[in-house]
Amino acid sequence: MRSGSRRGRPRRPNSARRAKRVSDSDRRGENERDWPLFEVFIRARTGLHHRHCGSLHAADPEMALARARDVYTRRGEGTSIWVVASEHIFASDPADKDMLFEPAMSKIYRHPSFYDLPDDVENM
Amino acid sequence: MPDALTAAYALRLGDDALILSHRLSEWVGHGPELEEDIALANTALDLLGQARLLLACAGAREGRGRDEDALAYGRDVLDFSNLLLVEQPNGDFAQTMVRQFLFDAYAVELWPRLSASRDEVLAGIAGKAAKEAAYHVEQSAAWVVRMGDGTEESHDRAQAGLDLLWPYAGEIFEADGVEAALAEEGIAVAPSGLRGPWRARVEAVLDEAGLAPPEGAGVRTGGRQGRHSEHLGHLLAEFQFMQRAYPGAEW
Repeated sequence: MRSGSRRGRPRRPNSARRAKRVSDSDRRGENERDWPLFEVFIRARTGLHHRHCGSLHAADPEMALARARDVYTRRGEGTSIWVVASEHIFASDPADKDMLFEPAMSKIYRHPSFYDLPDDVENM
Repeated sequence: MPDALTAAYALRLGDDALILSHRLSEWVGHGPELEEDIALANTALDLLGQARLLLACAGAREGRGRDEDALAYGRDVLDFSNLLLVEQPNGDFAQTMVRQFLFDAYAVELWPRLSASRDEVLAGIAGKAAKEAAYHVEQSAAWVVRMGDGTEESHDRAQAGLDLLWPYAGEIFEADGVEAALAEEGIAVAPSGLRGPWRARVEAVLDEAGLAPPEGAGVRTGGRQGRHSEHLGHLLAEFQFMQRAYPGAEW
């Protein structure tokens, strides 16, 4: 028999542990406050990396992980799930896009397009 | 070859899954959060899948030509053999989760044992259901703890749900000639043997949640023999309406 609900729970990455503290402070606020937002990353197959697939609301990382399983892996999409509190994502400003990305557009020599990929190489 | 005992046993387990599935499906569109709404529907679909397999098995063993649909849509209250627990109304979310946890804590003990059944069909169904039940009980236990150990209101609601539903839990471990004879043959799991592990898990979770079973509560039984609470008839009226009004309708 499995004793209690905690055994077998996946180890959380450090970012999720920080998110736990954030949501705890949220819960001490008014009851009506919305649950915080989490970003969900799913690894479809062993060997691939996790991909961002969406977001959801949950009270804490444990619940976010469970709901990510329920919402985003209903059709067998996943072998691994990460969740990260959205507020921990530090994003680039859309207004900076010219400064950040335009200079790369003219540097065609950076693209690995001068040799052929073997057909057997997938997921490149 | 007809096998009335195994048919009755599969029907009992199938009716539990079917009725609880319908109860959970009543939450669809009404869940407290979109994500919980989907999670409840997922659990309902897991249970519906179990019910389909078990009712199909029951129909085959009965040998009277009834398939899963005939058994689900073509029987009246007295012919259903589910536990009284699973037909109890949803109430609020706390009551639903307490009901779910009391049932899941049983299912997670039942299915792994039944997966060793000498009946290969039952063993196969149980093997699939065991994985589902392991997830269900983690989720319902987490909610019981979250609400029991949450705010004053969530605690009171969870405790009220427990007070209401606790008397129905004892029926889980009742056995009559059906289970006894089949357990003897290594086909069924004797429910009485599940009481200890069920109790240990339930007490640990209730303890963590700060909830306590009502003292001196009686035990309400009768579901296995078709003596149901008034709630099942109303549930079936909605569940069976389409097939009653349009027999054999498909889409």
